[in-house]
Amino acid sequence: MSNLISIARKEFIHIRRDARSLLIIILMPLLQVMLYGYAIDMDVKNIRLGILDQSHTPASRELIRKFTGSDYFELRTEMDRFSQIEENFRKRKIKAALVIPADYATSIQREATTPVQLLIDGSDSNTGSIVLNASRQLLSLASFESSAAARAPLQIRHSIWYNPEQKSSHFIVPGLIAVLMMMICALLTSISITREKETGTLEQILVTPVKPYQIIIGKVIPYVVLATLDAFLVLEFGRILFGVPMTGSPLLLLIFSLIFLMAALALGILISTVARTQQVAMMMALMGTMLPSIMLSGFIFPVASMPLILRLISKAIPATHFLVIIRGILLKGNGFLVLWPYALYLFLLSFVLIAISIKRFKVRLD
Amino acid sequence: MPNEAPAIKAENLTRRFGKFIAVDHVSFEVRRGEVFGFLGANGAGKTTAIRMLCGLLHPSGGEAWVSGLSINQDSRKIRQRIGYMSQKFSLYDDLLVEENLDFFAGAYNLSVADANKRRDEILKRFSLEEVRRRLTKSLPLGWKQRLALGSAMLHQPEVLFLDEPTGGVDPIMRRNFWETIHGLAAQGTTIFVTTHYMDEAEYCHRISIMNYGKIIAMGEPSKLKAEFGLPTIQDVFVHLIKGA
Amino acid sequence: MTSQMADVIIRASALSKTYSVKEGRARKQVQALRSFDLEVKTGEMFGLIGPDGAGKTTFMRILCGLLLPDSGQVAVLGFDPVTQQHKIKQDIGYMPQRFSLYQDLTVEENLNFFTDIFQVPRQERSARTQRLLEFSRLGPFSKRRAGALSGGMKQKLALSCTLIHTPKLLILDEPTTGVDPVSRGEFWDILGELQQQGVTILVSTPYMDEAARCDRVALTYAGQILALGTPDQIAGQFPHQLVRIFTRQPYDVAAALRQLEILHSVELYGDHVTVALDDPVTVVEIIRKNLDKRGYSYTSIDSGQADLEDTFVYLMRQLSQATQPELGNDLDSHAK
Repeated sequence: MSNLISIARKEFIHIRRDARSLLIIILMPLLQVMLYGYAIDMDVKNIRLGILDQSHTPASRELIRKFTGSDYFELRTEMDRFSQIEENFRKRKIKAALVIPADYATSIQREATTPVQLLIDGSDSNTGSIVLNASRQLLSLASFESSAAARAPLQIRHSIWYNPEQKSSHFIVPGLIAVLMMMICALLTSISITREKETGTLEQILVTPVKPYQIIIGKVIPYVVLATLDAFLVLEFGRILFGVPMTGSPLLLLIFSLIFLMAALALGILISTVARTQQVAMMMALMGTMLPSIMLSGFIFPVASMPLILRLISKAIPATHFLVIIRGILLKGNGFLVLWPYALYLFLLSFVLIAISIKRFKVRLD
Repeated sequence: MPNEAPAIKAENLTRRFGKFIAVDHVSFEVRRGEVFGFLGANGAGKTTAIRMLCGLLHPSGGEAWVSGLSINQDSRKIRQRIGYMSQKFSLYDDLLVEENLDFFAGAYNLSVADANKRRDEILKRFSLEEVRRRLTKSLPLGWKQRLALGSAMLHQPEVLFLDEPTGGVDPIMRRNFWETIHGLAAQGTTIFVTTHYMDEAEYCHRISIMNYGKIIAMGEPSKLKAEFGLPTIQDVFVHLIKGA
Repeated sequence: MTSQMADVIIRASALSKTYSVKEGRARKQVQALRSFDLEVKTGEMFGLIGPDGAGKTTFMRILCGLLLPDSGQVAVLGFDPVTQQHKIKQDIGYMPQRFSLYQDLTVEENLNFFTDIFQVPRQERSARTQRLLEFSRLGPFSKRRAGALSGGMKQKLALSCTLIHTPKLLILDEPTTGVDPVSRGEFWDILGELQQQGVTILVSTPYMDEAARCDRVALTYAGQILALGTPDQIAGQFPHQLVRIFTRQPYDVAAALRQLEILHSVELYGDHVTVALDDPVTVVEIIRKNLDKRGYSYTSIDSGQADLEDTFVYLMRQLSQATQPELGNDLDSHAK
């Protein structure tokens, strides 16, 4: 036990002495939260709208008010010729254009359907589809109110659960915790173990009475502490900057996070048993753990829309399961009964990986 | 006459790092075709001095000329005229022997025709022809050392700086290496070399011994031994450093 | 245990070890040790010398249980380092060739780390650390980071770290390579003190003056022992007469003498050339005539005693020419 502590203590000194890395580890959570929280904002708001009103009636002005009054659109320009629309699209002045026909007011009184044209800049397909949905809602609302007020007093009420404001930051911040933990545990651990191989100090330690599992666990302890610290920082930054809630039990989150940490560490250790140099370890950790955790876990891209093979890979990687757990606890307030299968998978996975690593970790040099 | 001018001349060469004076008013001359041993304890300032002479580090004071060019003014031109080889053998392990030579020929701006000609000459001269298509990392240490020396000789430098060129190389290889060095010197290349092997110091035409940034002794090995009445340069060295 | 067994601290017989090395696209088998036999006695200072790739490091690693031999027996302190490694770990101090400590830890932190992992009893810790700091003369630098020490001080710190558990057997793999002569001298003075205290030392070195300080020396080559004995005994194995020619033109003289076929070897030194020959009276006359004819001056031609290095170089040269012609010297290519 004392061996373990002395190795951990030494590792702490290494980390403390390496001021730049330490700074990165502490600033990383803040930076990532800001980057993902603000830059990859997938909420569509204030879309630049141009309007070509050929009707110029109280009815058409009512429709325009519907659009400009919503959060989705921001009126940028009113046009009077059709050709101006394309010009404004090209200058990136507007993202969408609403064309109201000249017979709008009369048609809305007499006809069953009234065509209104909406032109959308499709070069950003993501924004495009959101604009389309938003407009449909506004138009249906408008048509009910104006034409069918007498005939069909129907009211559409829609509501979205769990993330009522549909904020992507609430979705991203829990995912960040998974990615950061993966980075610290898999990347830093594997680098720190291979560094001792490279400098020859491992050869020296192997002839001392220290046992291999003590070397591994001792070296890993500081990174567990760091990863937990970073997870806490991400949660705090997320709460302060974006108001990410903590709906479920913090204790349950801590326990399940530690299980995820184990899996991530096991991956890091496994890498260090294979890689001979720090460089190779870094490449393997980036390709083998970081990339899948970001791309395939459902952190940003929804798993459901991936091809089958990627969906299968996604099912296997630890981050996918941890994302379900952490989003469940933070946003839905899920408890143990709902989340235990995911935690069990992580536990079994780390058990298998650690068993392989300890078997592979060589006491000898050949 | 350019031949009359010393190959290397240093006058009060000084380098400070903050308060620490690594090289302290060092003056010496090295003749053309001379093998000059630059000895000193670990941390005596040898590497700093070599870096200044190669134009890699600006002196804090003093001046030095390498093959007639001032290190303060012409450090770029100097690099075309010198060869440098260090203990670490700065070769690319994952390149073939001939690819390493091609690379360094390019680094010294040799024309393609010259590069090919020099490469073949070097391969022949340093007995590397049979391994030209081998990966550098598969060579024994002594062979890598020859390749490193060959790479430093591609552009036919007038002055060759060797910073502990024989570290970790076995005695036979060291001997072969020194005979090669003397062969180069006999043809007019000036050799400026540092080493920790005091028996190697005996191979030098002249040596200097440096301690705490200053040169504390300089001269022909036989004369130094006679002056201190000691049988080997190693004894002279230990006597001087311990006495200092 | 018989008294004879207690006397021997390392016993290796018929050790063999082969590596598979990648060479270009093909894999090549390299025999690091071939049927290697060696006994080191308790209390001895034993030196291993030999060229790069002779098998010295492999042998030391096997003794420490870091490598498994392909075949053969080995016993260290009476135990098998492979199956009973845990029994000897507390009694062996091993300093690997590349060992450079933790550069970002201070002298004191490095020592403390090894005190911890060797589980030095708590009450003895500070006394032992103090003694080692004093012994290695590193006391004034105890707060300095290892990376900022000079080469000689680093090696002394590394040695101190391997001494922290007061081992009975020290195994040092080229501990002084790249260290200046003054620091080397101090390092060997420390080894001498340790031997006085009863520690057995097995050390490999590329420096012949260090080998000469050992009680016994084994000259290894291509995984085998070529010569074994006290430094004097090995020097005595020089098979010919040795003559030294002092001259101001050693390079030219050596080149000229290489063309005389009666000489067994010609070696260049700084201010002289040594030649191995038989029948000195006649041959020295031939040498004189030859040099006079070419107009090379010399101050004296003395017959002398071969020392350890003369013998080592001679034996190596014979072997490298006999077994590995491609490793032979490349002198002829640029002799005048």
